[in-house]
Amino acid sequence: MTSVLLERAPWETAPALPRLLGTGRKLAEHREAYGGIPLRTFAGEEGRARLIQEVTQAGLRGRGGAGFPTGRKLASVASGKKTPVVLANGCESEPASRKDKTLLTHAPHLVLDGAVLAAHAVGAEKVIICVERGGSLPERLERELAQRKGDPVKWQIARIPRRYVSSEESALVHFVNSGDGRPIAVPPRPYERGVDGRPTLVDNVETLGHIALIARYGPDWFRELGTQTDPGSTLVTIGGAVAQPNVYEIVPGMRIGEVLDAAGGATEPLGAVLVGGYFGTWVPMPEGWSMPLSHDRTGPGGVTLGAGAIFALPADACGLAETARITRYLAEESAEQCGPCMFGLPAIADDLRSVAFGRCGPATRQRLMRRIEMVSGRGACRHPDGATRFATSALTAFAEDLETHLNGWTCSGVSRDPMLPLPKARDRGWR
Amino acid sequence: MTSPSEDPPRLQVNPIACVAHGVCRELLPERITMDEWGYPIVDGSPLPADLVAHARRAVAACPTLALRVDGKLARRR
Ligand SMILES: Cc1cc2nc3c(=O)[nH]c(=O)nc-3n(C[C@H](O)[C@H](O)[C@H](O)COP(=O)(O)O)c2cc1C
Ligand code: SF4
Repeated sequence: MTSVLLERAPWETAPALPRLLGTGRKLAEHREAYGGIPLRTFAGEEGRARLIQEVTQAGLRGRGGAGFPTGRKLASVASGKKTPVVLANGCESEPASRKDKTLLTHAPHLVLDGAVLAAHAVGAEKVIICVERGGSLPERLERELAQRKGDPVKWQIARIPRRYVSSEESALVHFVNSGDGRPIAVPPRPYERGVDGRPTLVDNVETLGHIALIARYGPDWFRELGTQTDPGSTLVTIGGAVAQPNVYEIVPGMRIGEVLDAAGGATEPLGAVLVGGYFGTWVPMPEGWSMPLSHDRTGPGGVTLGAGAIFALPADACGLAETARITRYLAEESAEQCGPCMFGLPAIADDLRSVAFGRCGPATRQRLMRRIEMVSGRGACRHPDGATRFATSALTAFAEDLETHLNGWTCSGVSRDPMLPLPKARDRGWR
Repeated sequence: MTSPSEDPPRLQVNPIACVAHGVCRELLPERITMDEWGYPIVDGSPLPADLVAHARRAVAACPTLALRVDGKLARRR
């Protein structure tokens, strides 16, 4: 499904932004701007159902990567027999992304209001906020929570290991239940049986922020921006060769070039843009300039915003070397529970390295393609699928460079300093 | 988000439980091939009636109980 074009040009929508950011860090500022949580508007069984209905009508889709319709997930969790639990996913393990940490810093109470409303909608009494351990964020959230008196939920903060896959939803459930931050085999999925065996709503923190706004302003207001199938606004982290790398609130349907312009535009000629972070897709530039970005898969490569990390790669950098380095990182981040992930990802990373550094022939390329095909879809979680999507897109986007490399020439880009970010602090254990 | 349990039976592997013993391939080559690391690649399409009994035998023979036959689809390839 390709995304429907914007009904309004981006410059017309600009005054309507920001919706999420800039709502005030302090509880008093937040209440001043937004008032209390509109729980009374959605009182009783009828009210809960109406809240779910409104989120569904708004067409909100998850901002944690997969873009799943949030209203449908709320309805599934609410239909369980036991009292559900809500997990707010603020881990943001994606190294190229900063949007969730930025949101939790600049508008924590919008997220917390959204979590209270989501809990109300599904009938949950407890909300667990999941953030990566370390840094000042967990303590800051503790302090903000202490300010909030009278919330009708029990709050808890879970400090999650700093590992790429520990923020996957079954891994969060596993960690909360037993202190082990590795994904578990599904079914049952968290929405069926998660924390303490209860139906568990796992929502990205940005998704919860949007719920807080939809509950106040309604689905029609939400749909004033964005596309038919991906309405609203969305946070992106724009990095690489742009004038002002930062987190921006954009509108689905904007073209890649317009999104880069939001960050001050490219600072040098670009070779490609990585859309959707390290589970994402490389889009060659300048051809990709006019591709619209949304949570709908677009074009033959199936490009989506995913978790919203966008990275501009200069023309004289080597996309293959960058991909090889990041694939190695993703391989190291495997939970090493599933054979195809544990053995396949390092093998793919090795092949990519050989390709990037010009020590192989066409046979290596064939083996690489075969391995990618072999590993995809065979893990308990989607880690191998994301990593192989990323690797596959590099082989397509950098096809010409690949020929050069396979002919024994190394490009000049491999001598440039690596650009795609890796986390500074990583945990090695799972507890 | 629910998948009806009256779906046709399928063979599926829990990749976390599987440690590549390879017994299943011996018993059900019609549905199982091996990758280069010795892990099974399982064809999860609906099982025809004449394979269901064989599939159940493979399920019972797996030393780590990593296989299952049922209609509930865990992962789509
Ligand atoms: C390996 C892996 C890592 C993930 N990391 C995150 C993450 O850091 N933050 C997040 O919100 N979702 C992450 N997800 C997606 C979650 O599993 C889940 O789908 C999401 O939190 C649901 O929220 P949403 O519907 O609001 O997007 C990850 C998924 C995978 C497979
Ligand atoms: S697919 Fe990889 S990361 Fe996911 S559970 Fe299996 S081994 Fe762990």
